[in-house]
Amino acid sequence: MATCSCCFPLMMITLFLYILLYLQPVPCSNVETKASQLFSSGHTNNWAVLVCTSRFWFNYRHVANTLSVYRSVKRLGIPDSHIVLMLADDMACNHRNPKPATVFSHKNMELNVYGDDVEVDYRGYEVTVENFLRVLTGRLPPSTPRSKRLLSDDRSNILIYLTGHGGNGFLKFQDSEEISNVELADAFEQMWQKRRYNELLFIIDTCQGASMYERFYSPNLMALASSQVGEDSLSHQPDLAIGVHLMDRYTFYLLEFLEDIHPASQTTMNDLFKVCPKSQCASTPGHRTDLFQRDPGSVLITDFFGSVRKVEITKETVNLTTPIVYEDHENPNRRIGTPQMASFWAFGPSSCLCSSRPTASNTSSTSSKTLPQALPGGPKPLVVGEKGICHITGMTPFHLLL
Amino acid sequence: MGLLSDPNRRRALTNLLTRLNTPLCIVCYLAGVAWFMGLAFEPFTLRTYMSENAMGSTMVEERFLAGERALVTAREFAAQKKKMGGMPVDWLVKAMQARGLEVFTQSFSRTLPFPDENKERYMVHGTNVYGILRAPRAPRTEALVLSAPCTPGSSNNQAVGLLLGLAQYFRGQMYWAKDIIFLVNEHDLIGMQAWLEGYHHTNTTGMSWTPLEGRGGSIQAALSLELSSDIITSLDLVLEGLNGQLPNLDLANLFYAFCQKIGVLCTIQGKLQRNDWDSAAGYSQAVQTMLLMVLKQASGRPWGDHGLFLRYHIEAASIRGINSFRQYKTDLTTVGKLLEGMFRKLNNLLERLHQSYFFYLLPSLSRFVSIGYYMPAFGLLAAILLLRALDLWVQLGSPAPGTEDGLVDGEQPFGPGVLSVLTPLIISHLTGVALYTLPIMAQQTAVEHFPVSETEAVVLTAIAIYTAGLALPHNTHRVLSGEGTEEGWRVLKLIAIFYMAVLLGCTALINFSLGFILALTLVPVAAFITPHVPRVLSALVMVLLSPGSTLLFSIFVYQELQEAPITLLEGWNLFLSVISQGILDHNLYGSLVYPLISLLVYPCWLLLWNILFWK
Repeated sequence: MATCSCCFPLMMITLFLYILLYLQPVPCSNVETKASQLFSSGHTNNWAVLVCTSRFWFNYRHVANTLSVYRSVKRLGIPDSHIVLMLADDMACNHRNPKPATVFSHKNMELNVYGDDVEVDYRGYEVTVENFLRVLTGRLPPSTPRSKRLLSDDRSNILIYLTGHGGNGFLKFQDSEEISNVELADAFEQMWQKRRYNELLFIIDTCQGASMYERFYSPNLMALASSQVGEDSLSHQPDLAIGVHLMDRYTFYLLEFLEDIHPASQTTMNDLFKVCPKSQCASTPGHRTDLFQRDPGSVLITDFFGSVRKVEITKETVNLTTPIVYEDHENPNRRIGTPQMASFWAFGPSSCLCSSRPTASNTSSTSSKTLPQALPGGPKPLVVGEKGICHITGMTPFHLLL
Repeated sequence: MGLLSDPNRRRALTNLLTRLNTPLCIVCYLAGVAWFMGLAFEPFTLRTYMSENAMGSTMVEERFLAGERALVTAREFAAQKKKMGGMPVDWLVKAMQARGLEVFTQSFSRTLPFPDENKERYMVHGTNVYGILRAPRAPRTEALVLSAPCTPGSSNNQAVGLLLGLAQYFRGQMYWAKDIIFLVNEHDLIGMQAWLEGYHHTNTTGMSWTPLEGRGGSIQAALSLELSSDIITSLDLVLEGLNGQLPNLDLANLFYAFCQKIGVLCTIQGKLQRNDWDSAAGYSQAVQTMLLMVLKQASGRPWGDHGLFLRYHIEAASIRGINSFRQYKTDLTTVGKLLEGMFRKLNNLLERLHQSYFFYLLPSLSRFVSIGYYMPAFGLLAAILLLRALDLWVQLGSPAPGTEDGLVDGEQPFGPGVLSVLTPLIISHLTGVALYTLPIMAQQTAVEHFPVSETEAVVLTAIAIYTAGLALPHNTHRVLSGEGTEEGWRVLKLIAIFYMAVLLGCTALINFSLGFILALTLVPVAAFITPHVPRVLSALVMVLLSPGSTLLFSIFVYQELQEAPITLLEGWNLFLSVISQGILDHNLYGSLVYPLISLLVYPCWLLLWNILFWK
């Protein structure tokens, strides 16, 4: 009979599937190695500090620069809560702006980088050297709101972007003060000693920008500048209707480069170093990688510009021994993290590992929306997704208690 | 011993000084003149550049298109002006209101000290009409001014028409960060003075005016427009203001930059740009342009309606449209675009113009000479005075040859010495005061006794006093103290030289051109005059180099440079009118040239005249 003849292969397949589903539990000692492979970059969260230091209408392009980088960084995943945006002047609502409430980065008004969801944390006269250094080092008065703080930790990758008018060894803030390269290097050293960053990418688009990273001495710093000492960074396009230059060349080509990056792209820093060669920029961009521990060729752009969560779907089940029962009978729907996580804190506040023993009926029929039931006597599963286990990285402890 | 305290060395130095004094003086004088002439030489000049960051380059998009409509408005204005026989105040008010401005008027009146040829009346009445375009989003703290004069006859109608056209266009834009005031003033400078005084709440010249009801903020820049034809061939920029004050060079740079962008022919002192400034013909044109600027600046009168703004630290320039016989014509739309571009750039200003030079000379629109380069020319002339003073000091210090008993001789002329020095000083200054006050005070009596008009009476009185001054000290000196002593005239000459040095130095600081021209003629006089030179010849030379003759020569030179040479009689008439204009300027606007010449320079010259006739 036809049904009987294909019954046997069907049974074999089903058996095979069952074997696959009920894999042998993996002993705990292997988990660390597995998990460590996932955390090879060492960072679990991303921050960005974007600073425009110039005021006045004719420095429109510096605000447009900063807002372009802000836009890219937001698009690639860093949320506003992790971005500290400092703009020294208000170009969108300046009296001289013929198109109020817009800041354009491209002539013919193709791209309005001001949009409707820009969150400026430090505005106007608040953008000072003191505030900038306090943000970096974390020495802010207790009354400072969260949005104005850089709440990074030793697993944070930070992108710092500065633009404005600069010279050999200094950057001008607001026409009244300057920050020197020595001060900046010392601020980064403070950050390193307080373990406020894992790796830091410093980009500066000013005249003689390379002088600003000459004095760095803390580890894990990578720096890019738009021009060498003795060279001027030039502006890109004037817009005749608005009457000012809209962008600087380096940031314009940087933006063009970043527009091609998406959260899953594998482009590395070596490509970023090639942005804006002398033929396009009229100045020679420079970079500094000697303080950086990893090879720039293995550093992804999204390590700094995006907030990429490493999501790896695996069909392995990992059996975590010695579970501690932690029940909450009143609210069985609340997701509870099991203490198996304790062994993994060494890698950072991250993984929510789930237990591996779902019953067949539960897992095969549960959709991703239903929350696990409290199984009597067993470990509490934390299932996210359909079949199997997801190792989720990139989440701060705050996010676990959802 | 030190260099100066060792008597031997000192004597050697002083001998050197005495021996080389005259050659050094001549060398310094020639060097000063050569330096001045060399200023216009192209490799020594600097190219003009825009210093103000906020103004940037000329990147704006000019969209003004209503030139034809402006012409129609101009014709309407001309008709109304003819109908009213003066300023059509009501029509202007209605026209400005129709264009959406806040309109106000100001009436003023002034009693002239004497009627000049233009007015032929004592009283001048007038009305200024101005409309304020409020910035759409900005607070009312700063303003820009565009003005056009309302002149009787058929001049400047197109200027008012273009002003109204621009007002209508500007009203439709939303990028203005400053208020723009559109002003039509009557009676040129008198009306402008009344408006400025009313705006700034000052009253320095005794004019009576009604207070201004509407005001903008503090004025950052002003442009005055003079256009009398429908199409023009070139635009002339006028910078010289009251007392030789100049606006910031950035304003001229802005004008030139826009001329180049839009492609309009632009001139300064009526001379065009050229490509070959380093050739002989180019150098000659540069020198002519610079000399014209020097002469205009030295006259101390405002050469356009903008000239009165400068005193209030408002950068202002006048733009004059010229229609000559040239193939390439420019229409009013293009002029409107140029003004629109300039105003848009001035709109971007955050502070007053202060980055570029305030003291400069322009051999052409693209080249300038700054104060650091032209001051040494005057310094070399002032060095002559210093050398002469040192020489006299040495002569006074050493005993006279032939006298053994130094003490007795030193004491004896001291008593009458002071009196013989003080008398010429007092008499010269009294003559100066007479020259300053009498012409206006005595005009009535002069008119009664002589068949002349008031203007001529004033001027001729001035000249009469000037010439009488030549005779006066000469005679009184003889009456008072007999023959003067050697030491007496040396002391007087020393005082006169110090006086002249301080006077010319201060003048050159404020108005370099005036100081330099006076120094050119007075310093040789001061240098070579002694009682021992041949009297008649020296007297002739002194009269030829006196301030009055300098003025006469300058007029002829000015006319030559303008390529409109005049005959002797015309020159004399022009001379008379220049004197009357100088006196009038001083009374109406506070120009300082006439008081300076009559109260300070003329007495100084009289002292030297006195020295010539010491014996």
